[in-house]
Amino acid sequence: MIAESFSFPEINSILRWQDIFTSFNKIALIAVAAALIGSLVFILAGRKNPAEAPKGVRNLAETSVEFIENGIVMQTMGKDGLGWTPFLLSLFIFIYLCNVPGIIPILQMPATARMAIPMFLALLVWVVYNGVGLKHQGVKYITNTVWPPGVPTALKPLVGVIEFISNIIVRPFSLTVRLFANMLAGHILLVTFALLTNSLVTAETKVFMLKPMAILPFFMLVFLTAFEVLVAFLQAYIFTILTAVYIGGAAHPEH
Amino acid sequence: MEAFSHLVGAAFDQQQADADKAAAAAASAGFAYGLAAIGPGIGIGYLVGKSVEAMARQPEAAGMVRTTMFLGIAFTEALALIGFVVFILIGL
Repeated sequence: MIAESFSFPEINSILRWQDIFTSFNKIALIAVAAALIGSLVFILAGRKNPAEAPKGVRNLAETSVEFIENGIVMQTMGKDGLGWTPFLLSLFIFIYLCNVPGIIPILQMPATARMAIPMFLALLVWVVYNGVGLKHQGVKYITNTVWPPGVPTALKPLVGVIEFISNIIVRPFSLTVRLFANMLAGHILLVTFALLTNSLVTAETKVFMLKPMAILPFFMLVFLTAFEVLVAFLQAYIFTILTAVYIGGAAHPEH
Repeated sequence: MEAFSHLVGAAFDQQQADADKAAAAAASAGFAYGLAAIGPGIGIGYLVGKSVEAMARQPEAAGMVRTTMFLGIAFTEALALIGFVVFILIGL
């Protein structure tokens, strides 16, 4: 029977990788490569002559800068937030380049499917938006975050606790888990359907038409790979836009 | 001899208890994820449905509606994802 020959591997065996050298595995390699490739693209684009019509790598860089400016900064922070474009752009490019290896053959692992990178990025964002709040509003930032304007005095203790937990503790946690769990779920789905296809193709069975059935999980695998292209982009976009919203909210409490 | 058989029995009981625990964990992991997916499923469906309605009524506001829609999806989806993480933690 096919059910006996198929067993899902331990979660560690699809997420843990051998060290290439001491404490440097494939995840770290992908993260370093993402940082280097991202910087390289923009350094190369910056060297091109700005007077000429953009083409090649400069075209890519200009499109992504415009996407961050029009699609994220202008929609959430308005004109005042344009100074945040470099930070948001580097976040977006880094997360996107970390997500995409999940569907690149040979690599086949999104670096963000492990907790470490999303958690570090979320903590970075936490420090940045709290810093911005303290810089723009001073000590009033804390009271403004804990008590939104217009809260009746009787409700202040209750609202204070809820707002403190949701603004200070849950935000970095949910940023982390959103990115990490999405990429992990995608990775596990891809592994599942790849294994199903494999075990159907290699099954030693006399059941009629069982082996050709491998086409079904294979189609699902192809479809999910296409879906992961979308997810990789969408998660980078959502992480960046939430960062923009948090920074905008900390800088201007009234809206 | 009696002590030996007692030991073996204890070991067997321990094994049985571990197996029971693993089975219970697997079952409850499935329930946990299924229950965690109900609310966000309804929520995202409602949210996207309303956004499409808004975009159809006022196509010139589509960009703004889309941005807000993604934000809403991100917040709603987080609950299902926490359920998924719990599923991984207790099930595997």
